[in-house]
Amino acid sequence: MMRTLTQPLIILWTALRRIFASPLAGLLNILVIGIALSLPAGMYVLLQNAQGLVAQLSGPQQISLFLALDASQEDIAQLRTQLSRHPAIASVKFVSRNDALEELKQSSGLDDVIAGLESNPLPDAFVIVPKPGSAKSLDELRTALQNMPKVEQAQHDSAWAYKLDALLSFARVAVFILSGLLSLALIAITFNTIRLQILTQRDEIQVAKLIGASNGFIRRPFLFFGALQGLLGGITALLIISTSLLLLQPPLATLSRLYASNFSLQPLSLGDVLSLLLFSVYLGLLGAWLSVSRHLSHVESH
Amino acid sequence: MISFQQVCKRYPGGYEALKSISFNLEKGEMAFLTGHSGAGKSTLLKLIAAIERPTSGIVLVNNQNVGVLKSAAIPYLRRHLGIIFQDHKLLFDRTVFDNVLLPLQICGFDSRESGKRVRAALDKVGLLKQEKINPIALSGGEQQRLCIARAIVNRPSILLADEPTGNLDAEYAQEIMKIFDSFHQVGVTLLISTHDTSVLHDPKIRVIALKHGEIQPPQYDLPPASSGQA
Repeated sequence: MMRTLTQPLIILWTALRRIFASPLAGLLNILVIGIALSLPAGMYVLLQNAQGLVAQLSGPQQISLFLALDASQEDIAQLRTQLSRHPAIASVKFVSRNDALEELKQSSGLDDVIAGLESNPLPDAFVIVPKPGSAKSLDELRTALQNMPKVEQAQHDSAWAYKLDALLSFARVAVFILSGLLSLALIAITFNTIRLQILTQRDEIQVAKLIGASNGFIRRPFLFFGALQGLLGGITALLIISTSLLLLQPPLATLSRLYASNFSLQPLSLGDVLSLLLFSVYLGLLGAWLSVSRHLSHVESH
Repeated sequence: MISFQQVCKRYPGGYEALKSISFNLEKGEMAFLTGHSGAGKSTLLKLIAAIERPTSGIVLVNNQNVGVLKSAAIPYLRRHLGIIFQDHKLLFDRTVFDNVLLPLQICGFDSRESGKRVRAALDKVGLLKQEKINPIALSGGEQQRLCIARAIVNRPSILLADEPTGNLDAEYAQEIMKIFDSFHQVGVTLLISTHDTSVLHDPKIRVIALKHGEIQPPQYDLPPASSGQA
C-alpha cells in the first residue's frame, strides 16, 4: 500500500524539481504554450459570441410577400389558400394595405406626412414564416413565391443574417486550422523541452538504469512533466482570455449602447474550460511521450 | 550463485574481451578478480549485471540465464545486485543522503523505512555525518565509500565491485577491504576486481586471475607473492 502511495509523490517531486531547476526557461515555455493556446481559444470565444449576436438580432426567419397594387380580393383569397397549402410554409399572416398604413402611422410618427398623401401607397402583404430549413431551401422558397401571380416582390427579411452566418462558418474553419497548427507547435515545444531535459539528466538516467530502474520509472517523470507543463500552459491561456475579455467589455458596452442593444461578451463555459485544459494536458503528454520514446533509448545505450 | 560456462565476449569490431571463461562462485563466497587493465575484468562484471551480453556461452546468476534475459526483466536482476562502479557514478545534483536513497526510490520503498536504511548504510561506511553535503565535496576515498553505501542499501545478496581501491592510497584501500570483509562475514557473495595485488594479503581468499581474456590456472592456494605476477 505504502509503495503505491509514495511512488506518485516521488514522480511529482522529480517533475517539479526539473521545472524549477531553470525557473525562467520553465516560465517562458509555459507562457509560449499559453499564448499559442489562447489565440485559437480566444477566437473561438469571439466566434461563439458573434453567433449569439446573430441569433439575437435576426429573430425568427420570415419572408414578406408584397402584392401588386391591382390585386383584387379574389386574387388575395386564392393566394392565401395556395400559401397555406404550401409544404415549406409554417404560417401565413395577411396584412392589408390599410392595416400597414395604420401601423406605419403609429410606429414612425409621420402622421402629418401620411395624412397628406392622396392615396395609400402601401401594397397588401403576406408575412410568411417558413418551416425551419437551410439557407438554400429558404432561397428557393423565396424564388417560388416571387413567381406567383400578382406578387410584386418577395423579400427575405434576414438575408444579411444568413450572409453573416456563412462568414462565421468560414471563420470557424480558419480557427480550426489555426488550432491544428498551434497544437503542433505545442507538441514541438514539449518535445524539445523534454529532449533538453533528457540530455541534462543523462547521468541520472544512466545511473538509475544501472541500479535497477525500470523504463517506467525513468519515463514517468518526463511524461508527468509534459502533462504538467501543458496544464500550466492551459491555465495561462485561460488567464489571457479572461483578461482580454475584461479589457474588451467596457468599449463593447459603449458600442452596444449606441446600437440600443444589451449585448455583452460571454466568457468560456465550464465545459469549454475543462476541454481546453484536458486538451493542453493531452498535447503536453503527447509531446513528452514522443520525445521520451525518441531520445531515451539513445541515452540508455551509451 | 554465479556461474560462467564457456563464456565468450566479442565486441563489435572484433575485439575479443573474454575467451571461453568458466568458473563458479558459491553463495557467500568472496573472490578477487585480478589482471592488468584490458584483461577483461570489467567486461566479466558487466556480463553478470547484464550491462553487456555474452557472444556465446551461459552466464547464470541465481540460476537465471542472464545472457538471454528480456530487457524488461533486467531491472529486477540488478535490484538483487549491489554494483560498485569503477567511475563511482555518483550524482552531484543531490546530497550524499539522496544518492544512497535512489536505489530505494527505484524499488518503491516508503520514505520512513528508506530513511532508516539509508542512515544504516551510511553508518556502515562511516559517512553518516556527511549525509547532507554534496558528494563533490567528498574525498576520493569517501566517494568510494559512498558508492559502497549506495550498493548495499538495498541489502543485495551479491556485491560486485569494479576496481574499488583503484586510485586510493593503501590506508583507504585497507579500510574499504575491511568493509568488504564485514559483508563477507554476513554471507554476501562478493566479486571484487582489482589490479592492485597488494590488497591480496589473505591467502584464504579465492583469486580468479584473468590474462588476455582467459582465466589463468588456479593460484589461490599459492602464496600471494606469486599471484601478484599473474
